[in-house]
Amino acid sequence: MMAATYTLISSVTVGSGGAANIEFTSIPATYTDLLVKLSGRSSRSGAVAEEFLLTFNNNTSGYSERWLRGTGVSAGTSTFSGSSIQQLGQTGAAATANTFANWEFYIPNYAGSNNKPISLDGVTESNSATEGHALAYLSAGLWSNSAAITSIKLSAGSYLAVEHSTAYLYGISNA
Amino acid sequence: MASTYEKIATTTLGTAAGTVTFSSISGAYTDLVVVFVGKLSAAATCFLRYNNDSGSNYSQINVIGDGSTGAINQIRANQTGFRLYDVSVSSNNINILIFNINNYSNTTTYKTTLHRCSDTGGTSEVGMGVSSWRDTSAINRLDFVTGAGTWSVGSTFTIYGILAA
Repeated sequence: MMAATYTLISSVTVGSGGAANIEFTSIPATYTDLLVKLSGRSSRSGAVAEEFLLTFNNNTSGYSERWLRGTGVSAGTSTFSGSSIQQLGQTGAAATANTFANWEFYIPNYAGSNNKPISLDGVTESNSATEGHALAYLSAGLWSNSAAITSIKLSAGSYLAVEHSTAYLYGISNA
Repeated sequence: MASTYEKIATTTLGTAAGTVTFSSISGAYTDLVVVFVGKLSAAATCFLRYNNDSGSNYSQINVIGDGSTGAINQIRANQTGFRLYDVSVSSNNINILIFNINNYSNTTTYKTTLHRCSDTGGTSEVGMGVSSWRDTSAINRLDFVTGAGTWSVGSTFTIYGILAA
């Protein structure tokens, strides 16, 4: 039997009361690439969407991104540099109940010594036809750091990831 | 339990190359996923070709964000290969290209590919799209071809097979 190439490393399901962060720690260096699948919702009241913040190794410098976002009526593109990857729109508390955002991040060569590129795709959802109540994102992220990625943190910023938010971390191996 | 996501082949370039070829791809899977992580030695138009076909049999639609000028909608018809997005030549940035080639081994339909590009380099892009190869042959070969320059040392090309059975 061939070696498994797509392996669940860890998962998080947010419990009652919500969580400020969703974290994966002690990530082994034994895979080639990492893949994160996130279903998230923010506790921010009055908003149909709110960003989560992505950082690696508890490091808050060297992040940049180039993104494309569609609102259902228009599309825009921009860049950002700062202390985290920030174009991670999650469904907010003003959105229709029980709707969650859906994201996938692909992180190749995460244990190598090059800067770390990240391919991110996501959508928010509100079961609504109103412009901006559902957003679609494509993003190219970069962490300009040569360290191997050993931890991943998704912060809900000033808010919480609500109960039933989930994240799964997979290892992809080409060995 | 049967494995449903298997590596078929991988190449990490130890020397720069103008073309990277995967041949004799098994038809035993349902879909293919191809992941490229790397860069070019010089800016160039690059193509992915199926079964070494360099005829004008490829078409594609892309939506692209370059970070400044708004969303770019792009149609490319009758190309001599599936034209890849701008691939970074920046020394510090690395491009990610992911292709989903569904139902690649059937012999009755043209082949459709979903593709995704991520690069944060200076003149680079984030984008996605869909392409069509107007041929009913089963895909058994992939060629990554540069129009100028070479794929840089350290660039990695990997093909995975997805199995529905």
